[in-house]
Amino acid sequence: MDAIILQILNGLDKGGAYALIALGLTLVFGTLGVVNFAHGALFMLGAFCAVTMNKILTLQQVVLDPIKKTPWGTPLEINTSYAETYLGDFGRLLIDYSVPASILLAIPVMALIGLAMERGLIRFFYHRSHADQILVTFGLAIVLQEIVRNLFGANSIPQAAPAIVAGSFNVGAFLGLDPYGIVYPWWRLVYLAFSLAVIALVFSFLQFTTYGMVVRAGMADRETVGFLGINIERRFAVVFGIAAVVAGLAGVMYTPILPPDFHMGMDFLVLSFVVVVVGGMGSLPGAIAAGFLLGILESFASMNEITSILPGINQIIIYLVAVIILLVRPRGLMGRKGVMES
Amino acid sequence: MTSTKRNDWLLMLGFTLAALAAPLLAQPFGANYPDLLQKFAIYGIFAIGFNILFGLTGYLSFGHAAFLGVGSYAAVWMFKLFTMEIIPAIIFGVIVAALFALVMGWLSLRRSGIYFSILTLAFAQMSYALAYSVLVPITNGETALQLRLTDPRYIDRMFFPAAPGLPSTQLFGVKMSGYPGFYLCAVLLIIAFYISLRIFRSPFGTMLRGVKTNQTRMNYTGLNPRPYTLAAFVISGMYAGLAGALLAITDPLAGAERMQWTASGEVVLMTILGGVGTLVGPVIGAGLIKYFENIFSAINEQTLHSFFSFLPDSIQNAVVAVLNLFVGDGWELTLGILFMFIVVFLPGGIMEGIEKLVGLFRRLTGSKSGRSAGQTQAAE
Repeated sequence: MDAIILQILNGLDKGGAYALIALGLTLVFGTLGVVNFAHGALFMLGAFCAVTMNKILTLQQVVLDPIKKTPWGTPLEINTSYAETYLGDFGRLLIDYSVPASILLAIPVMALIGLAMERGLIRFFYHRSHADQILVTFGLAIVLQEIVRNLFGANSIPQAAPAIVAGSFNVGAFLGLDPYGIVYPWWRLVYLAFSLAVIALVFSFLQFTTYGMVVRAGMADRETVGFLGINIERRFAVVFGIAAVVAGLAGVMYTPILPPDFHMGMDFLVLSFVVVVVGGMGSLPGAIAAGFLLGILESFASMNEITSILPGINQIIIYLVAVIILLVRPRGLMGRKGVMES
Repeated sequence: MTSTKRNDWLLMLGFTLAALAAPLLAQPFGANYPDLLQKFAIYGIFAIGFNILFGLTGYLSFGHAAFLGVGSYAAVWMFKLFTMEIIPAIIFGVIVAALFALVMGWLSLRRSGIYFSILTLAFAQMSYALAYSVLVPITNGETALQLRLTDPRYIDRMFFPAAPGLPSTQLFGVKMSGYPGFYLCAVLLIIAFYISLRIFRSPFGTMLRGVKTNQTRMNYTGLNPRPYTLAAFVISGMYAGLAGALLAITDPLAGAERMQWTASGEVVLMTILGGVGTLVGPVIGAGLIKYFENIFSAINEQTLHSFFSFLPDSIQNAVVAVLNLFVGDGWELTLGILFMFIVVFLPGGIMEGIEKLVGLFRRLTGSKSGRSAGQTQAAE
């Protein structure tokens, strides 16, 4: 029982990351009809927004201690960050909360990057073949990746979660089960809640605002919406920006779980493509459902009890499930007919 | 029709000469190493095979590296168990890859479009993951499958006793490393190219193009396209198996990283870069990417300085500092920019660029002769 709850929890936070990336991917596909291989790079850029924020906050200045001296008789040098010097306790707090604070940086930065990408490159590829789209966005992903490597180096840069959520949550004791049976890092719970909140925001934007309604109408039939005198292209560009922000936020909050490095985007890209396709191309609820489903199945498959019966299953479960679902349900869980089949 | 045939023979002749003279042609680019030339030829075969599936039927497979890896494993096992002669290894590698492709194709071809791509990707990733976990007795996991002194090599042992040291792969007693190895690959590349040319010109090839253009109409004319696409899938799997076996022949070592999705992606990129559906394009794309991977990545600041030594010092330093971002470790950056450039300006790949140049040249000289036959099938 304990193990099952633990595995569900484990799967949920991973599923949250898959779902967030897949959400943006399928949103871009459903609106613009573009297969965006650079979406993983956007996730990576988001993670590096957190790294940049942390670097800015911890920029240090050298202050000479007026009283203390080093053993050599020179004044003792103390490194303090500018944030701490000018903002005092608030600065210290800010450094502690650098990962959540990076959200404020990531939203405008990722929106700008997304819009620049869409206006500068992607929009010329709406009517080109999917192979062309894949090649150009793959090229872009490599370029972004290499730029980040040039700026930040090839090693991964660990980021700390705020001290208040650094420890673990004793889920077992909380539920009245065996104490210390289920211990779960607080930050992963935060990540889960965060991803659910972002998903809810995106859905309510599409479902309950007029803007979102027009976007959905455009997804269903862009010509008719165009005939009504609505500049649907501009709205789709905004949607691309939103998808970039969602991927970026997923990256920012994932940094305490996985230290970001320049190729983390590629690693997530393939899995999120599988997630999108299992959910059904262009289907938002499908992407979310498939993200959590595959995340949970993956962590179940890595339980000792299961790997002892079926060795190696934890490595292939996602692909195995993808194959079975695609063979049983031709268009994934919730895909529509005729999308991406030719 | 006769003109097409004559052009085909000219194309074949030109290709043969170019493949055999590759060491000379590669000289000015600093790529005249047998190891690298072997890679050009091997990945050329891989890309030609991939193009038979993707270029003709339009089915974009993301799992072709699995066949490459399986071909390598099969060839190395042949070396370990029976003989260091390469012909059985090649045949075994191709057969195993074909069987593998038959199963994978039979399942994957039930779906089309991106669903097909993801199915092939999933199968290849499963093979990759299993090679590292359950199948370690066969694949030797992360240490990669390699030759050992204790290998039985039954057939070799029947004829002569074991020599000290690890044996090397050979064709009728000629060691297959260095230039002999390259010429083996080059000859097989030429044969592979010829077969692909015949397929492109055959009724079978026309049928495959029909699948790409309009599968629904194919169905309405009473044809079941599945056997044709499956045949194309298996043929391209066999090409990949051949390439894998050749990799094992030139360097008897087989690792699972050959099956990873990045390797599958690489062959897709080679084909699109060179020109999808063209005959020569995939080979050029394969050569270009391997060239970047091996030569560009080896250039360092020192080489740049000596290359630009004719410039005044200050300008030289600036030029080197800028260019240094694009070579050495930054070769992938150049590759990424190249991909974007090609797709934006030359959607049909490099072959379209060549065609445009030829057209421009013709217009300038006022000649009216038809275009070369091998280059008329632009992408899509």
